Amino acid sequence: MFDTLTLAQLPPEDEALRPAIRAFIDQHIASIPMDRRARSWQGFSAEFSRALGQAGFLGLTLPKEYGGHGKGPFARFVVVEELLSAGAPVAAHWIADRQSAPLLLNFGTEAQRRKHIPAICRGEQLFCIGMSEPGSGSDLASVRTRAELTGGGWVVNGQKIWTTNAMHSDYMIALIRTSGTSADRQGGLSQLIIDLKAPGVTVRPIVDLTGDAHFAEVFFENVELGDDALVGQEGEGWKQVVAELAFERSGPERIYSSAVLLDAWIKHVQAVGRKDCEALVGRLTAELATLRAMSIACTARLVAGESPVVEASIVKDRGTGFEQELPVVIADDLAAHPDEAVSEELYRTLLYVTHIAPSFSLRGGTREILRGIIARGMGLR
Amino acid sequence: MDINELLEPFVRMLDAAAPPAVVRAIEHGGSAAALWDEIAQSGFLDALVAEEYGGAGLSLADIEPLIEALGARAVPLPVAETIVARALLASAGVAAPDGPIALVTSLAQPVPCGLVAQAVLFDRGDALVLCEMAQLSPEQTGVTNSLAARISGNPEGQTLPRPGTGLRPIAAVLRAALIAGAAARLCDVTTAYASERVQFGKPIGRQQSLQQMLAVMAEDMIACRIAAQLGASHGLEVPLAAAATAKITTSSAAPRIAATAHAVHGAIGISEEYDLQLLTRRLHEWRMADGSEGYWSRVLGQQRLATTAMSVDWIRQNVFA
Repeated sequence: MFDTLTLAQLPPEDEALRPAIRAFIDQHIASIPMDRRARSWQGFSAEFSRALGQAGFLGLTLPKEYGGHGKGPFARFVVVEELLSAGAPVAAHWIADRQSAPLLLNFGTEAQRRKHIPAICRGEQLFCIGMSEPGSGSDLASVRTRAELTGGGWVVNGQKIWTTNAMHSDYMIALIRTSGTSADRQGGLSQLIIDLKAPGVTVRPIVDLTGDAHFAEVFFENVELGDDALVGQEGEGWKQVVAELAFERSGPERIYSSAVLLDAWIKHVQAVGRKDCEALVGRLTAELATLRAMSIACTARLVAGESPVVEASIVKDRGTGFEQELPVVIADDLAAHPDEAVSEELYRTLLYVTHIAPSFSLRGGTREILRGIIARGMGLR
Repeated sequence: MDINELLEPFVRMLDAAAPPAVVRAIEHGGSAAALWDEIAQSGFLDALVAEEYGGAGLSLADIEPLIEALGARAVPLPVAETIVARALLASAGVAAPDGPIALVTSLAQPVPCGLVAQAVLFDRGDALVLCEMAQLSPEQTGVTNSLAARISGNPEGQTLPRPGTGLRPIAAVLRAALIAGAAARLCDVTTAYASERVQFGKPIGRQQSLQQMLAVMAEDMIACRIAAQLGASHGLEVPLAAAATAKITTSSAAPRIAATAHAVHGAIGISEEYDLQLLTRRLHEWRMADGSEGYWSRVLGQQRLATTAMSVDWIRQNVFA
């Protein structure tokens, strides 16, 4: 079962990227406090993303002719691993670099590629993905935002919600119904590029329980788009989204979201000289190592040209379980020693991760949806 | 080399020579000699022996899928252990005995397949000792159908150099691969059973609750496979951190995998005549052999806490490199 998901190694030429990206990170994030760095891929800095693009670390997997670097998914793994484990603020370019640009490369027209991919590689065009709606969460096929083709262009009406970074983004690639009704399920859905500065678009940030506003609701009222807004085939949006999700679900962000907290806690127990948590440190270290190997194995399927949808779901479900366990067991360890001082920074980091952790198994497919995908891969549905 | 060129003949040989009826007969006290002869004649026992000593010169990583195949079939002999022992003996210039060899990393707890091993390679701490199993007075544990043996005494015999981190990390990686193999088979048979067994008018595998359980089982199975491969990727000089990762991941998953397999099968799964128990009993035995997840977690935690590196760096340098 899932026989091709086996141990794989990062090639030396991709490992060779590590010193340069590490030096870049050291130079740019040293002054960011730990509880900000714990935001990981939710930490937003347009300036950092532009600098990263200038330094040549964006668009690693994209062809050189579009401003990319012509490398493979392993190269991206190395750079992303360094960024995430250090807690670099990568949110600004994250979605464009990971999903939007590969999507446009696979399904977009030559004009769409020229317009967007080089700017994404420079860290200058920021994208968000319009999936969820008030009535469509896990059941994405029920989206009701509609686009009508009216003499040379599209007119969009409807609403998206929980859209990560919509308020900072230049464009949204939205899953929209272009024909049929919700009864047609996946049929009749298409992906459209929406310029978020277009008249009729309203973006309202939503504040989360940590005080951050990283997602938003987006309203479309008679938003007029050119006929070049369609990505790929009309009515094929669902298939395109599924292919895209393999990129979203398999990456190291699904194992390293809490890495800053893990390291902060280890520093703490080292500083107080405590040995009673050795077994816990060992268990967490082993799980992180296994997840890293699983994530590299999944990346190897991308390298082989596959779209490892089921394998990516396996890595994401297990990875987010680990990320969510970390703040639980670390909180217990610290509070099991009520007379031991805990730094303000570690305390804030722990509580930030504790509070945001439920989102880890919501974004990019809930735990229950992922397990359903895995079960389908096992032939059970 | 293409792994299938190696794996296919090995699997064919095992399927012919060690079907469940043979496993049961040996567990019930029957002779293992015929099965051992088949395995010995296949030539695989010298897979890790260097070519200059007449072996196949393969690496532990090369043969990890073979060890999984042994685990998946509940082979009632210490085949993986013998393969490792023969390589260590050959590189030390010590002649290997003909029969099955158990790896012994502690005299205090039962040794898997101890009742069917003829020789023992024991880690004395300063050197490895090769001795006859009879010297250690192997005794049954009293656990039904178990081939594990209680041993006692003081192993004496020819000595050979001890691998850098001792025998236990190697043995732990073998257990990890055996667990991974059994986990893969259990995933297959449990999924197949869930697709066939009809209750409430439909296969039980159509129930979402079972689908979710089986999906987690598959995740555990993949984690076991990849952790075992990670452990086996360093040859016979296994770094402690790599052995620990392999054994912690597989040993913690083993009871979960056994529990799900039994939960899905219902009552028939705990009957003696059904093959499930051949695998689930072994999962528990291998979990406890050569250090459970608790033992290895302390070992790994101690190493980790001794350095100031960031976790991801530390893992790259100590588990992967």
